[in-house]
Amino acid sequence: MLKVQDTNVPVEFSTQLLAKFADKVSRYPEGKQKSALLPILHDVQAEFGWLSVPAMDKVAEYLGIEPIEVYEVATFYTMYFLRPQGKYVLEVCRTGPCCLVGAEKIMDHIEQKLGVKEGEVTPDGLFSWRGVECLAACGFGPVLQIGPEYTFYENLTPESVDQLIGDLKAKANN
Amino acid sequence: MGRKLLLEHINVPGINTYDVYRSKGGYASVEKALKTLTPDEVVEEVKKSGLRGRGGAGFPTGMKWSFLAKPEGVPRYLVCNADESEPGTFKDRYLMTYIPHLLIEGMIISSFALGAKTSYIYVRGEMMPQIRILEKAIAEAKAAGFLGKNILGSGYDLELYVQPGGGAYICGEETALLESLEGKRGNPRIKPPFPAIAGLYGCPTVVNNVESIAATVPIIRDGGEEYAKIGIGRSTGTKLISASGNLNKPGVYEIELGIPVEEFIYSDEYCGGIANGKRLKAVVAGGSSVPILPANLILKTAAGEGRVMSYEGLSEGGFATGTMMGSGGFIAFDEDQCIVRNTWNFTRFYHHESCGQCSPCREGTGWMEKVLHRLEHGHGKMSDMDLLVDVSKKIEGNTICPLGDAAAWPVASAIRHFRDEFEWHVTDAATAVTRNYGLAHYADPLVVASA
Ligand SMILES: Cc1cc2nc3c(=O)[nH]c(=O)nc-3n(C[C@H](O)[C@H](O)[C@H](O)COP(=O)(O)O)c2cc1C
Ligand code: SF4
Ligand code: FES
Repeated sequence: MLKVQDTNVPVEFSTQLLAKFADKVSRYPEGKQKSALLPILHDVQAEFGWLSVPAMDKVAEYLGIEPIEVYEVATFYTMYFLRPQGKYVLEVCRTGPCCLVGAEKIMDHIEQKLGVKEGEVTPDGLFSWRGVECLAACGFGPVLQIGPEYTFYENLTPESVDQLIGDLKAKANN
Repeated sequence: MGRKLLLEHINVPGINTYDVYRSKGGYASVEKALKTLTPDEVVEEVKKSGLRGRGGAGFPTGMKWSFLAKPEGVPRYLVCNADESEPGTFKDRYLMTYIPHLLIEGMIISSFALGAKTSYIYVRGEMMPQIRILEKAIAEAKAAGFLGKNILGSGYDLELYVQPGGGAYICGEETALLESLEGKRGNPRIKPPFPAIAGLYGCPTVVNNVESIAATVPIIRDGGEEYAKIGIGRSTGTKLISASGNLNKPGVYEIELGIPVEEFIYSDEYCGGIANGKRLKAVVAGGSSVPILPANLILKTAAGEGRVMSYEGLSEGGFATGTMMGSGGFIAFDEDQCIVRNTWNFTRFYHHESCGQCSPCREGTGWMEKVLHRLEHGHGKMSDMDLLVDVSKKIEGNTICPLGDAAAWPVASAIRHFRDEFEWHVTDAATAVTRNYGLAHYADPLVVASA
């Protein structure tokens, strides 16, 4: 079951963010601004790391639609986070073709290395991880991606995963 | 060497930029179409080419285009399906990453043919890097005068936008994709009406796969008849095959339709054989949704003839002994792989991705996942195989969209061809959780199991 994190912390959208929204809305015919909903939710998530109810309500207000129309979408699509995540979310492909070349071992390794279960956040707030479905890179598996840029890592080995986690830690501490 | 129409220049340094793409003859097809052909003549060339939709269903593209309704005063839309989420398929992502202008050029030609003045490329949301690549390519094409108002002085205007999805396999289904593009949940629509009559915003719309749209570039450049000379029978032209699994050289290959499956797997020009010196056990030839075949049946048809890579060649033998071209996601399994585990994995995928509108799909995929889970984990029963086939039959054909069928076929076909391996998971449950079944007779000269 999807759980939405409860929070009353109000959000403010910066002018830069609002400019991004306006650019999105300009891509559709008059009156069809709801088409901008998915792109705008990506922008909001990239900014805040997840989608809180106050943030979703504000998006609804911006687009002139009902809040429920935003919740419906945010709960349907897997990319939207409805609770806070680690700063880096490691999303490993867990689908058949990647499993033929060792994806399950990579997930076990990540779980051990980070010391948290799928979906949990490390105590330092830096990492969470989860299995996701086929990322259209099956010939280069195992693969993982990290938002919000969705940087991609292919042909993973336990060693390359260690290296990646080390690099991200170093980056976060700088 | 087979002819390359889409990937000919893929290794040219900088081919992802406008300048290099243009210097290799890029955008010549747009010039030809807009300056020398009418929209109907472009449609005619695509019809002559025999091009069949590369997204999975294989429906003739020219025919689909000619169904588009053209009421006065109503906009028409072209939407490119770049949702690519079918497990085993990664050709569209590859094409967009390395030669994005080929898609942009195809979008301009196709939009012109259909009379669309605004077109969208719906890219799955996880492909943010590809979205950035496409947006850059669009800006370059626009700066060069190939997009925007009065393109090349032809009087034709076109705006092209990239739309991200939100992570949902079902949005590859064309009506779910349109719902998503309208800012809603990706629930497939009941058809009719088809998108050609009422698609995006209720307006006539064509949805085509990335590769189908890219193929219009060589079709217009060389002419439909030239394109149709490549291939075999009704499988004309070239096809991108995504090769994954236990192969020496997995990757994206452009093949001339009609080459032998054996050549594709074992020759050095393509996959270079099975990795680590192992033997081939099974193949899923067209993405996770198509029936799985044991090695003997993918290499030869039930009649003992060499099987070829074409729409007809792969489906030779129907569901009893054949499979389908699908999206061209070619997944090879070596002798160490477990068919039960893979079937469970695929079924978990479909259960996860079911949009939940139809009970046979929503509930049936969940039941199949549960039963396969218990078989794989040593708690199965001998009656489970019949139960699985029964559930799959109840899903098949009883749902709003083809995801139901796509979930049913892998299960039914795995049990049809690998029943002894499933049964072994019950009779030798304790062993089955510690090691895999192995090759058995699947690679031997033909033993055709009954359905
Ligand atoms: C569940 C499901 C998923 C699909 N996913 C894709 C996809 O990712 N990409 C695609 O091009 N077509 C996909 N299709 C097929 C589309 O519905 C549609 O037939 C196709 O985009 C038409 O383009 P084409 O005629 O050029 O092949 C999918 C169909 C179903 C039922
Ligand atoms: S078949 Fe499945 S995915 Fe398709 S509409 Fe029905 S519930 Fe949704
Ligand atoms: S199965 Fe992992 S990317 Fe396709």
